Amino acid sequence: MNVPMVDTAAVGEPLTDVERLVDRKIVLCYYVAAMTYMVVSMLGGLLVALQLIRCNDLQGIELLSPGRWRMVHTNAIAYGFLANAFLGTLHWTIPRLTMRPVLNKALSYLIFAAWQAVVLATAGGILLGQAQGLEWGETPVWIDPVAQLGLLLVAVNFMAPIIASRGPMYVTLWYFMAAFVWTFLTYAMGNFVPQYVVCGTNAGAIGGLFIHDLVGLFVTPLGWGLMYYFVPILLRKPIWSHGLSLVGFWGLAFFYPLQGIHHFLYTPIPMFLQYGAVISTIAVEFVVATVIVNFFGTLRGSGREIVTNLPIRWFYTGMILYFITCFQCALQVTLTFQELIHFTDWVVGHAHLVMFGVFSQWLMGIMTYLIPRLTGKPWYSRKLCEWHYWLSVVGIVVMFLDLTMAGLFQGWSWSGMQIWDHSTQVSEPFWVVRIFAGLSMFGGFLVFVYNTIRTLSSPAPTRPAVAA
Amino acid sequence: MFESKAGVLFIGGIGFFVLAFVANAAVPMLMYRDIPEQTALETVSANAVYQFEDLNRRFPESFKKYVGDLKGEQWDATKIREKCAELIKEGRDIYVGEGCWHCHSQFVRPVSNESLRYGPVAQSEEYQNELQRPVLFGTRRVGPDLSREGGRRTSDWHAVHFFNPPLLSPKSPMPKYTWFFDGEAAKPNRRGLAIMCYVQWLGSWLESYPYYEDYVPVDELLPAPGAAK
Repeated sequence: MNVPMVDTAAVGEPLTDVERLVDRKIVLCYYVAAMTYMVVSMLGGLLVALQLIRCNDLQGIELLSPGRWRMVHTNAIAYGFLANAFLGTLHWTIPRLTMRPVLNKALSYLIFAAWQAVVLATAGGILLGQAQGLEWGETPVWIDPVAQLGLLLVAVNFMAPIIASRGPMYVTLWYFMAAFVWTFLTYAMGNFVPQYVVCGTNAGAIGGLFIHDLVGLFVTPLGWGLMYYFVPILLRKPIWSHGLSLVGFWGLAFFYPLQGIHHFLYTPIPMFLQYGAVISTIAVEFVVATVIVNFFGTLRGSGREIVTNLPIRWFYTGMILYFITCFQCALQVTLTFQELIHFTDWVVGHAHLVMFGVFSQWLMGIMTYLIPRLTGKPWYSRKLCEWHYWLSVVGIVVMFLDLTMAGLFQGWSWSGMQIWDHSTQVSEPFWVVRIFAGLSMFGGFLVFVYNTIRTLSSPAPTRPAVAA
Repeated sequence: MFESKAGVLFIGGIGFFVLAFVANAAVPMLMYRDIPEQTALETVSANAVYQFEDLNRRFPESFKKYVGDLKGEQWDATKIREKCAELIKEGRDIYVGEGCWHCHSQFVRPVSNESLRYGPVAQSEEYQNELQRPVLFGTRRVGPDLSREGGRRTSDWHAVHFFNPPLLSPKSPMPKYTWFFDGEAAKPNRRGLAIMCYVQWLGSWLESYPYYEDYVPVDELLPAPGAAK
């Protein structure tokens, strides 16, 4: 087809003043790190999936323990892939939005090195059996202060140009500013309070708040902030409604953090607090609907871009999956659903849908858009970019549906007082399907890595590259 | 205000975060402030001591090598309790480090027939101790809840099960934990003894602990196999 699948019109042209503000090298460094950790995480996921269907011949090797790799799997996504990909993209976005460079270039590289050290130490610590008993905060306790300092430096480095900028702030910057504050506070609360200050049920309430805020106050605002930036640029028109943007931001800011306890319904945490968490979760679903309406309002009249513009397709696919995730959230958070699906694979499917289907796919779309601009070279193969998209999307949708159903069967098996083995045996067909879904996602990502390596190693174009 | 830096930073960023912290974290803290936090030693009940001594009886060589010579040195009740608490704490760290809590929960809900399957519904007091720091409620049940697991099975069963789960539960997806042993299931190392002590401790504070009614000091119950009469 003649229409460019990846818009590379700017590739190879001389830099403008705005582009000089961006340090392309550090963006690329972050992306390489992020892609490495995604591969590590997916290998970990594969190992655990094979263990579940009892096809793991690597048992008995301590460093390959599926229990430890399960934690590497989730931490490598949160701190390895998502954090690195976000940080890289922020180095592209913030200077362009504020027309100012980040505070200090040397500091940027120091943060990059420090963050890789934190992630590697986390993985090493977990593999050596030193995990902390906090979900998604398994980072060994001795690394927590370093990570905390790193987050502070990140906030300072990026806040400087935002604070210095004059005039009205664009929506993206509201989300970013809030995210820097929230991420710092969330990490501090989750990693230190339940470890050193309180125990038991109180620690559970804070643990729930931590996992929830890590998604809602670190990943979500950065992700949506980037959507508010990239979607209008790629569609070459403003966001549909500024009013809805305001509703979306402030609705998220108010309702999202109030929901932590919904992770631990039916625990000894006081019931009225559980009800509060349920109600604010349902409330945030309405906020999400306004954001989705805003973005589809923006797409209106440009629907064909979904077909022709691959990054836009990644973004809108992620938004549809986000709506599904949040709609599911409003249902599964009720006590009626919890009775059946808590502790089951339903929740695992939900977590994969939001972390991979939405945020990882958005970042992959952003990488698809930015890598030609960072390297000055067009994609080695447009076709492989398509393969990356389809393998990922088909994989995650199948995995989500499969695990959701597995969760229902497990829940019924338990409440029906079957013997325990029944619940694992009834799960087995679903666990087999999950492996193939995971392999599809993994295959898609390996295609992406291969495509990136070939792009990086190809010779620089002698004239401005035009998308074929 | 809604679009200004100060508004985003102080109302959205800090204000709403603090509000949520107060609502979700400070309220339960205040509500439970009168339930004292127990140390590991304070949680050691007769049931836990029984299981600790039982480990010595079942794995005398391993116990002597990795925990100490309980009989020879004639440990008194205080020393036994201290050593037991120490082992439970270590077992808890292994439980966390190995990620056991990602496949086994530690709370029984008042719904879905759980009290029939596992025992009494979870209560806040049970979690008010240093071994629940951070709390190990858990998040997924690939395997069953463990908060009332103590005393249900013997430590022999647990040793074989940790060493090679399918030997006892043929279709179990639980991986082998061979590094808890010196080569065979009959020879747990320090880590094996610690994790078994911890698992047997779970629920040891409840009246429904399976061995509670029958508790007899281990020497009076049965002499160790091959021990001098």
